[in-house]
Amino acid sequence: MSSLPDLVCPAGSLPALKAAVDNGADAVYLGYKNDTNARNFAGLNFDAKSMAEGVRYAHAKGREVLMAINTFPQAGRTADWHAAVDGAVDQGVDAIILADIGLLDYATRKHPQQRLHLSVQGSATSYEAINFCQREFGVRRAVLPRVLTLAQVEHVIKNTSVEIEVFGFGSLCVMNEGRCWLSSYACGESPNTVGACSPAKYVKWDKKPGAMETRLNGILIDRFGDDEPAGYPTLCKGRFEVQGEIYYALEEPTSLNVLELLPDIIKIGVKAIKVEGRQRSPTYVAQVTRTLRAALDAARDSAERFHVKPVWQAELAKVSEGSQATLGAYNRPWR
Amino acid sequence: MNGNFTIPKFKLPDFVASLGQKLPQWPHALVLVGALNAALKMKLLPESELAMLEDKLFRVRVLDTGGEASYTYRQGLFRPVFRPERDPDLAFAANLSAFLQLLARQEDPDTLFFNRELEITGDTELGLIVKNMLDAVEWPKLPRLPLASS
Repeated sequence: MSSLPDLVCPAGSLPALKAAVDNGADAVYLGYKNDTNARNFAGLNFDAKSMAEGVRYAHAKGREVLMAINTFPQAGRTADWHAAVDGAVDQGVDAIILADIGLLDYATRKHPQQRLHLSVQGSATSYEAINFCQREFGVRRAVLPRVLTLAQVEHVIKNTSVEIEVFGFGSLCVMNEGRCWLSSYACGESPNTVGACSPAKYVKWDKKPGAMETRLNGILIDRFGDDEPAGYPTLCKGRFEVQGEIYYALEEPTSLNVLELLPDIIKIGVKAIKVEGRQRSPTYVAQVTRTLRAALDAARDSAERFHVKPVWQAELAKVSEGSQATLGAYNRPWR
Repeated sequence: MNGNFTIPKFKLPDFVASLGQKLPQWPHALVLVGALNAALKMKLLPESELAMLEDKLFRVRVLDTGGEASYTYRQGLFRPVFRPERDPDLAFAANLSAFLQLLARQEDPDTLFFNRELEITGDTELGLIVKNMLDAVEWPKLPRLPLASS
């Protein structure tokens, strides 16, 4: 039988990191307070001091710390990204999660002993791409983009010795991972350039009688009735008029939830399950970590008799964006 | 906060709000500002983010009690604003139960926002700064109050 995957949980702040560790995460991932990571939101993330404390806290309890440096170095500022990599090594993190090939090259030359993971933003969906990163940069783990079916994930695992990490819970977007420029179309800034999708300074929530309007840099993204669940203000989750009809033309606000598939995910040999949400509060981190920990432990104790408890589903449904959850691409018939 | 104690979602009857609106609003503002200044004194709030709050006008409205408080941050202190002369830079509105759940860290603000139980209007980036600043605070463990045993 395969071993239980690591539960990798998000930490946007020190209290969130502690919430993840205290509720059963095997690893936490975090980033600096700057544009070297893809959750570069005002007031979020770690400076050197809080990171040192976070690393100390996690290591004292035998958990791993993974540092996301998962944006692409901008022209003329490569030194900032190099400094982030050097800083992560100094902090003694267990692994650095990188997306950019130039940065992978820098990290493996400068710090040959440092464990490196390939970020989901690296957008490697085939074992050929993953094995290339292993051969050239010594990558030890790859986080798969959320576009593969479970059978395709299994195919990748069978053809590589690189550890495979998949997403298990969290908000979904249009998932053109590492290559999405939709946010830039609206406001000139996107995750790959400034480390944030739909930066808050461009977002306006406008309360009108009976409805709330969301605008991104003046562009109307959606209009929610008073009882309709809301979502993040991204273009990919907007409702637009297309040939006379108004609907979610790209993607509905929704969350991924793989509880039902846990026994299969364990069986095919997935090494780690990632929870999305560094932008969420310590409360969310505690709720989701606790729930997935309970589900994973139940699956370990008895894979055959594993069933999803309604209380787990209810807890995860409550914190979901758009108040609906899907199995994402994992169980789609198309390839 | 005691892990066994949970705050249920509730809404007070409408007459409470209409009554609440007729009561003076200054006690809410004083309590809120007092709590924020206590957090300042304990150095729980980071200075880099506090600088971004300078002279901003905030409003917190409790929908089902009809209570409302406005305050600002100026020269190192939170100060109540009893007669705001302009629209707030950032406004929060929710029922009492949602605010209590937030304060007790029982629910996540994004969850409440998605479910339309928390309304945030005004400067969105300022809202994010405030949210993330409060999320990053490590509240000291409160001493257990001898309520039940006495």
